[in-house]
Amino acid sequence: MLLSIENLSIRLPGRGDRPHAVKNLDLTLQENEILCVVGESGSGKSVTASAILGLLPPELKVESGRVMFEGRDLTKLSPAELRQVRGAGIGMIFQDPMTALNPLQRVGDQIAETFRIHTDLGKAEIRRRVVKLLTDMHLPDPELAARVYPHELSGGQRQRAMIAMALALEPRILIADEPTTALDVTTQAQILSLIRELQQRNRMGVLFITHDFGVVAEIGNRIAVMRMGEVVETGAADDVLNRPQHAYTKSLLAAVPLLKPPDRPPPEDGLEGHAALSILNVQKTYRRGLRRTVALKDVTLRLRRGSTLGIVGESGSGKSTLARCIVRLLETDGGAIEIGGADITRLTKQEWRKEARRVQMVFQDPYASLNPRRRVGELVAQGPVIHGARLADVMPKVRELFGLVGLDPEAVDRFPHEFSGGQRQRIALARALAMEPEILVADEPVSALDVSVQAQVLKLLADLQRKLNLSMVFITHDLRVAAQICDRVAIMQRGEVVEEGEPSRVLVAPQHPYAQALISAIPGRDWAMRRESP
Amino acid sequence: MRLLRLTLHRLAVSVPVLLIILCGVFLVLQLAPGDAVDALLGQMGTADATLAEQLREQYGLSGNAASRLVVYLWRLVRLDLGFSVSYNQPVLDVILSRLPATLALVVSALALAFFAGAIVGVAAATKFGRWQDTLISLLGLVFYAAPSFWLGLMGILVFSVWLGWLPSGGLQDLSANYSGPRLVLDMARHLLMPTVTLATIYFAIYLRVIRASMLEVLSLDFVRTARAKGLRESAVIYRHVLRNALLPMITIIGLQAGAMLGGSVAIESVFSLPGLGRLAYEAVVQRDLNMLLGIVFMSSILVIVINFAVDLLYAQIDPRIEAGA
Amino acid sequence: MRTVRFFLTSPAGIIGLVLLVLVLAMAASAGTLYPNDPLSLAGRPLQAPFVNPRFVLGTDSSGRDVAAQMFHGARTSLLIGISATLVAIVVGVLVGSISGYYGGWVDVTLMRITEAFQTVPNFILLLVLVVIFGARMDLLAFMIGLVSWTAVARLTRAEFLTLRQREFVQACRVLGMGDLRIIFREILPNALPPVIVYASIVMAFSILLESALAFLGLSDPNVASWGKLIADGRRVLRTAWYVATMPGLAVLIAVLSVSLIGQGINDALNPRLRRD
Repeated sequence: MLLSIENLSIRLPGRGDRPHAVKNLDLTLQENEILCVVGESGSGKSVTASAILGLLPPELKVESGRVMFEGRDLTKLSPAELRQVRGAGIGMIFQDPMTALNPLQRVGDQIAETFRIHTDLGKAEIRRRVVKLLTDMHLPDPELAARVYPHELSGGQRQRAMIAMALALEPRILIADEPTTALDVTTQAQILSLIRELQQRNRMGVLFITHDFGVVAEIGNRIAVMRMGEVVETGAADDVLNRPQHAYTKSLLAAVPLLKPPDRPPPEDGLEGHAALSILNVQKTYRRGLRRTVALKDVTLRLRRGSTLGIVGESGSGKSTLARCIVRLLETDGGAIEIGGADITRLTKQEWRKEARRVQMVFQDPYASLNPRRRVGELVAQGPVIHGARLADVMPKVRELFGLVGLDPEAVDRFPHEFSGGQRQRIALARALAMEPEILVADEPVSALDVSVQAQVLKLLADLQRKLNLSMVFITHDLRVAAQICDRVAIMQRGEVVEEGEPSRVLVAPQHPYAQALISAIPGRDWAMRRESP
Repeated sequence: MRLLRLTLHRLAVSVPVLLIILCGVFLVLQLAPGDAVDALLGQMGTADATLAEQLREQYGLSGNAASRLVVYLWRLVRLDLGFSVSYNQPVLDVILSRLPATLALVVSALALAFFAGAIVGVAAATKFGRWQDTLISLLGLVFYAAPSFWLGLMGILVFSVWLGWLPSGGLQDLSANYSGPRLVLDMARHLLMPTVTLATIYFAIYLRVIRASMLEVLSLDFVRTARAKGLRESAVIYRHVLRNALLPMITIIGLQAGAMLGGSVAIESVFSLPGLGRLAYEAVVQRDLNMLLGIVFMSSILVIVINFAVDLLYAQIDPRIEAGA
Repeated sequence: MRTVRFFLTSPAGIIGLVLLVLVLAMAASAGTLYPNDPLSLAGRPLQAPFVNPRFVLGTDSSGRDVAAQMFHGARTSLLIGISATLVAIVVGVLVGSISGYYGGWVDVTLMRITEAFQTVPNFILLLVLVVIFGARMDLLAFMIGLVSWTAVARLTRAEFLTLRQREFVQACRVLGMGDLRIIFREILPNALPPVIVYASIVMAFSILLESALAFLGLSDPNVASWGKLIADGRRVLRTAWYVATMPGLAVLIAVLSVSLIGQGINDALNPRLRRD
């Protein structure tokens, strides 16, 4: 046994909703295995990871329990002794590789620092080893990568550099705290396979923290499921994923979207005359000084009235730019966007403001999309009020909308911070619906939410769409989500639509090489494909 | 290459700024009751209309506003700041003769405030929330609140009048006729109190800024990375945190350069230093607008140069800075 | 409401409030306690404080009542401080919010003007304004505000730059809300907290600027001011040091009170110390 956490409890400061971040936690990590600790936000999984190396923020204190590594209790070590374990015995990587590297130091110097701390190697030898490490991380030009600053690398390259730093001294354990959450799917797949490759080569034990069951299915040998600071279930990956015992594990797994699209009969007649929205040869270029970035290159898409069009892509694909062009948050450089036959890009700003109610938008971040200083009822009423209605007249409808999106109609007098993320997203939805739009543009509406909440909000969206006969544009980076809710999906890459069709076809038989790569990069794809709806 | 681009960018920004200042100064001149010629004649004690007309022609003061502005700007481009009647010398000569004292004062006060502020601020941040931090923060507030000219007076009272340790004013002991290193030492002795008093308020500002920015940086992810590597806490602070925390401090230097020059007016008056600040005061008392606007021009150039240097220094430290960003 | 409650748990805020109330009381009672012109000659020059009950704080070098000047000086400092701060905040917030919200050439133009104001040393600019427009109290407040707004503008602009990217602002635009309403009703309330904290710094600085100007003898000659009293004390520093000391301490306390209150507000607004 490499590492064993025994009966660990960590106190939360003050009067939170619970007294412990982690309570009576038992976990063991064997040599040559990947243990995935999986849980939703607030489950205590990241706190556990930080506690092992004594990297807890000062307000969190280990109350009881032991963390045994190589015969010593890490929680009892002096700072100096603990420092010898950090980096040398146990390496650690973090979620956001951009902020996890010092922006003012060259990448190579930051990796070299690990050697300088723990070894007496000479300068030239350290340099040689840094370059070797970066080569092992499959970085295209390791010599160059050592010389540049973090901001000059891409997200995936930065995470590779982080891993190089953590593994510099070939530690016996790697702790990976959501290492691929900030990355695109295809990059995620590469980093996951890199971690597995290195783990197998060095027979390391890897403690892998994640919220994503797909990632778990992809990489885990064993799984521990956490909820509210406690482990509710542990076991071999295959058992937990396919034959979960605990009710919470079952509910979490049920919330993971199936990759198999639900059977939806395609409409018999063609699109002609049924398009709620036509995007025709739309162009958009960002200019900054002399630099030009093409964000949309000749995009043409149609949304059938009463259906959902999914737009899927990685960061930089132009999917969010497209969403913002549809609601005229951004002006296009060419092409047409027709709603009900009229090109909205030709309207003046004033004309558009009057027409604005026809297209509404739901945003990604439920914490940033509501003005924290206004009561939620007022926020939902804001649209009609801008267009001339009196607040008192709108309020009955606001209450009705609250009921419609599954919120307590009496909650209209509260402020946004009194609601959870999922509830806020419902409020944002009510705000959009208050305008009675023909088209709803949803920009990653569930990606900031925990998986169980995500499932609820998706269900609500699907229900409302049917009930109100909404036409919806659904922007997402997650093909699994798109498959669940969309009648058609379009895959975008670098400003272009490379594939478009019904999800059942696109997911099973993609034509374009990028679409194929994207689909094969879905974490835990084989597992997800095998699953049936519960 | 990057630095060259930055330099060009900075220049492209500075030129319009300087132009706006000069147009503002010109506007002020238009608003002023009477022009330079009136002032000149007033001091010469005549009111001869033909002489006035001649002088106006000579100074480019006749014609419409636009042509006068062009003439004015062209004069400034040639560094022709006009003639000061009260000093009976060209304005530029007077300003240049007063510049060294002010530069010495401002640069030494800036250095003192920066380094003392950084050291004390870092100390406060590493003891965040403890009594040392509270004490330092409180002292910072008191230093910020004390009017510098009054601190100067109190300094004179204690160190010159009561203790007799330091001279109460001037740049050097004129009666002693020092030369060489003795002269430098004597000047340093004379500049000690003015430097400390001018630095006080900026010391307080820098102290606050670096403390806040240290706390900010300490909460960033890469600090955790550094700790996870097994780095000693002191090395974490000095190698990773401090460098990042210094960035906002460096920005502040540029922003405060002008304020410090302004602060030298009162300080130089208190300590009878023959510098630009005291010259500005004398110009006000003598209503020598020409001189005053010359000082505005020269001090603006000085501030632009300082900002220029600060920007390049910043770019040296922060590789992320690109021209236009 | 919660902010007020948090403010009252901050020791800095409470001390600042007590000191400010003290200065306010001095300013408010100046008219009643010393109804005569504080700059009129009242008695024998250079009487020491706490000796003659008629002149509790003694007299200055020309025989004016020091206590009367101290009380009326509090009035001057506060009036200048408050009105100059208002001017600076209004100008700064206007420039900063428009600059930050619209960006583009509007931003470039406004920022160049801001930089121009920042480049000219503000005290020297103040001297120029005084020479040209004179130093009447009301003008002086306006002029001090005019040389102090740049930092407010930069701060507001920075807040607007981040806030305008926030999704709630985009949501308002999607609803068809007009720009002015978005700027002043939606973004500004969220951008104000740091500006309010900064207002304390502007006010502190305005009080210091006024006292420096008065010390140099360039402020309104008809109004009593602490700076003026310090200048008078300077002439007799060797013999009667207390004349310069007392008004200096008064400036210190007034500025300190404002800074402490700013610190208190900052503590109350700072999410680091506050866990909801």
